[in-house]
Parts: sequence; C-alpha cells; structure tokens
Amino acid sequence: MPSIGRDDVARLADLARIQLTDEEVDRLSGEFDAIMDAVASVSEVATADVPATSHPIPMTNVYREDVVTDTLTQEQALAAAPQAEDGRFAVPQILGEE
Amino acid sequence: MTTTTTELVDYDDATDRYDPVLGIEVHVELGTATKMFDGAPNIFAAEPNTAITPVSLGLPGSLPVVNGTAVEYAIRIGLALNCSIAETCRFARKQYFYPDLTKNFQTSQYDEPIAFDGWVDVELEDGEIVRVEIERAHMEEDAGKNTHVGGATGRIQGATHSLVDYNRAGVPLVEIVTRPIEGTGKRAPEVAAAYVRTLRDIFRTLDVSEARMERGNVRADVNVSLRPTPESPLGTRTETKNVNSFRAIDRTVHFEISRQAGILDAGGTVIQETRHFHEDTGSTSSGRVKSDAEDYRYFPEPDLVPVAPSREWVEEIRNALPELPAARRRRLLGEWGFSDLEMRDVQNAGALDLIEQTVAAGASAQSARKWWMGELARVAREQEVELEELTVTPAQIAELQGLVDGKKINDKIARKVLGSVLEGEGDPAAIVEAEGLAVVSDDSVLTAAVDQAIADNPDVVAKIQGGKVQAIGALIGPIMKATRGQADAGRVREIIMEKLGVQG
Repeated sequence: MPSIGRDDVARLADLARIQLTDEEVDRLSGEFDAIMDAVASVSEVATADVPATSHPIPMTNVYREDVVTDTLTQEQALAAAPQAEDGRFAVPQILGEE
Repeated sequence: MTTTTTELVDYDDATDRYDPVLGIEVHVELGTATKMFDGAPNIFAAEPNTAITPVSLGLPGSLPVVNGTAVEYAIRIGLALNCSIAETCRFARKQYFYPDLTKNFQTSQYDEPIAFDGWVDVELEDGEIVRVEIERAHMEEDAGKNTHVGGATGRIQGATHSLVDYNRAGVPLVEIVTRPIEGTGKRAPEVAAAYVRTLRDIFRTLDVSEARMERGNVRADVNVSLRPTPESPLGTRTETKNVNSFRAIDRTVHFEISRQAGILDAGGTVIQETRHFHEDTGSTSSGRVKSDAEDYRYFPEPDLVPVAPSREWVEEIRNALPELPAARRRRLLGEWGFSDLEMRDVQNAGALDLIEQTVAAGASAQSARKWWMGELARVAREQEVELEELTVTPAQIAELQGLVDGKKINDKIARKVLGSVLEGEGDPAAIVEAEGLAVVSDDSVLTAAVDQAIADNPDVVAKIQGGKVQAIGALIGPIMKATRGQADAGRVREIIMEKLGVQG
C-alpha cells in the first residue's frame, strides 16, 4: 500500500479547497496512512467475486413518480443566504470557469 | 483568458494537409414534469429560485430520489441510438467547486452509464450517410444559472460578483458522447452540425425533450484535433463548450481546424483546453487549461440505490418507440414519389411535417409540395421566418388545394386567397365565399362578357375567323379582367369558339 506523502495531502487539500498549515499537513499524512492500512485489510477479504457495494441496503430501482411536489418560495430559498440580490444568491467573484 | 495570436491557415489548405478528428458531447434536457432527483417543476421561465425544493439547494438532511420517467426517457434515447442498456448502473458524484450547484458535486454517472456502444446514421445535405459511433449516454443533473455582475456585458472577466438562480439545478440531462469521428476530412464542420441536428430530430420524435436549441435544451461540446494523416496517432484536442446552434457548431469546427493548423504549421503544440465560441467573430478563445480538471474524484452516490432496468421493461420501451426520423424519411419518400433531390429540399426547408400534415388533410403529395416549397417558401423568405411559423395551417392548404381541384377557383385566385389566409382573414372556403371569388362558370354571365369582348374587338374577331385561332387569347384577356380573374377560362374559350363558329 503506497503511503500518503505530504505532497498528496497538499494536493488533496487544494482539490478540496481546504487551507492547511504545515503542521496539519504533517499530522494528516500520518493519519491517512493509518486509514489506508485499515482500508487495506478490507481488500484481503473482498475477493474478485464479491460485487462492489455502494449502498448498505440491497435495493435497486427506487423511483419517484414524475409529479410536482411543494416548492420553496423565493423568500424561503434565500432565507439562509449570506447575501442575495434580485431574487438570486449573491456569490463572490468567480475566477475560474467550469 | 490568454490571447494568443495564431496565424489562421486557409481552411482548404488546412484540410489538405491535416486530418481532422471530431468528438462531440451533446447534453439534452429532458422534458419531464419534474427534476431528476426531486419534485420541483422542470420549467424554463419562472421567477428566480422558485422552482426549487430543499434537494435542488442541497440543503442538509435533504435526500434525492430518482425520477422514474427520466430513466425511461434515457432508455428511449439509448435504444434510438442503437445502444446496449445497462443491466445495472449507478449514479456517481462528480466533485467540483463552482456555485452553479450548491452541493460541490454534480450527481452524474461515471463508469456505469445507462446506455453504451451505439451508433447513429447522419445524412448530409447531398445525401451522403456518415455513421457516428456512440460511446455512451448517461444520466445527470443540470446546474443553476450564473449571472455575472460588474463586468462588461455580463462576462465573467472583470465581474465583481455573481448571482445564482437554481431553477435549472437538478433538471434531468442525458449526455451523449461519441467515439472519435474520423474520416470526415473537409466535411468535418458539416458532419458535426448534421450529427447534432440528427440527435435534435430524434429527441423530438421520441418526445423526450422540446429540444429547442435557442433555449439551451440541447447543448454541444465540440472536440477537434488534427493529425498529419489518418494513420497518425490522434492529435491533442480542444473542447469548445456549450455551442448552441447548428451554424455555430459548423463555424466552431471550421475555425478550430484553421487555428490548430496554424499552430502546427509554426511548429507549436496545441494546448489541451476548453474554449469558448464567439458568435460575433466566429472564433473561439481559450477558457481553462485541462490539467487538474480531470480530477473530479468520482465515487458512487451513497444516497441513491442502483438503477437495474429489467429486460422486460427495456423491451417494452423498445417496442413502443415511435418511427424514427430516418425510417420515416424513407417511408415518405416511397409514399410520396418525390425525387431524392425534392425530398432533400423539403427536409432542408423544414417542410417534412407540414407536407405530411397537408397530405393527411387530403391534398396530394405533389400539390402539398408545390404550395410549401413554392408560394409559401417565397412568403417565408420575404417575412424572414421559418415555414412552420407562417400563419397558415396544413389543413388550410389542403382546403385551398381542394377548391382548386374542384375547379371552384383557379391557381391565380388561389394565391390571392392564400394571401388573405396569411392575413388572418379565415379559412379558404369562407374567404372565397365572403369575397365572391369563386370561378364564374355561369354561362349567362360568361356569354354577356364574351359578347361585350367580341363587340369591342372587331379586328381580333376578324383574325380568328380568318384562321388565326391563337388570337383568341386577346379576347380572353379582357374577359378575365372584366370578371376580376374569376372566369372559368376553359369555358370562356368554348363560348367564344361557338359564337364565332370556329373549330379549335
């Protein structure tokens, strides 16, 4: 199992938009290793014939009828917005484009 | 945004020396009543932030539930594109930070799309068929709409802040991804536009979306790369995002080929990046370099269970598919007896539905074609509108032709009546009635007009009686004028011949 180095932690933090101090990077890279080790023990029992699970309950095809339900009003929607303008959420300057 | 000046290479020159390869991603907004994962209405125009629920806003504690109709629509699309439908597939979280979705991820599908490995035949204007292979079609949700404030003309550059409306967030989308489209050569721009048009027509036929380009119901991301020869490995591609009209798609490919050829000619390398198309200049500009961006850290959506459409359901949907545009075109071609060229003109003019409806209302195919491709096409050009936007219905055209076929009116009067129909004066028969436009075939009226014409034109009469029967036209003219064009010209001719005792 490859260990999670400081560079990996810094990159993950960047992707997740989390600012970390040097001390935090050091601490986390150690913690990540412990987590990776724990997860690695799962792969010892999970052989190729065990299907991957993404939900704890073994169900499929849970669908909703295509029927309109109650909606929020604009006031309700914006109630918790730090800033709003013209009925819209105001957000800080966007630098990059997705 | 970086502005690099590249020498554009003449398009023909570029395609002589480089082999273009396309890849197209089409997003279609499904026309369901509600969103993909919640019961908020899926509507185009509404007050901002009113077509939303806590799920649309990703509020803590809210949970998504899949819209079964959206899944059915996605399967319809997959089947129409000759895809296999997954026996089981999952949703996945695509992580990115952008305020158009509140959750910091888009619920999409990753390595398990609902449909995969398909193809669609695309017919070009001259009738050539290009088969485009489909890699996959997957379900996902649309994002909200940002408005940038403080910069020039709503652009992101220089904006002080942005405003977000989440009405569109969560609207069901199907994204269709092609495999590399090779071998198109000079026709790459045309193939790209025709492919998206073909999909648009299929979406409409399947009734899964209004598929209105101008509303962004259908959006294309256009990937273009060049390589020296068809045997060379694929070159570096650029992806021009959100190109929203057929013409813009054509122009995007055209421009990117000229631009990339310029870079390669100068010994440079094409940068893998997203680009934006500009309608005003017909050019593209650099957006975002795709270095880190591919790291979306997808993982299976833990709040949703897998979608496992039963084979019975898939077959049920397959059996209920409507006749697709290509098959319909072939059928109508046989039924109508048009030439290939006539059929293509009809299609390119957007007259296929109109003619079919006119025929259904009782007109012959050729007469329906004559009206829509002749007089009505002329009026549409004059008014600068599409044929379907004209204020006349196929039923009215069939009624008009019925009046001509029944000899109630002649062609000339028919065009006049059509003018009145277009002015909103009512249906053809009612207009003919109200304005007294029916052909005059009452012999007493016609005989009086003939007598008058004979009396007024002794020279012409002498010529006719002297053997020049073709001079009869000189008498018919004034008679038609006297009856405001409504005289039955054939009957008038007969009466003249009887009166003058000549044989035709």
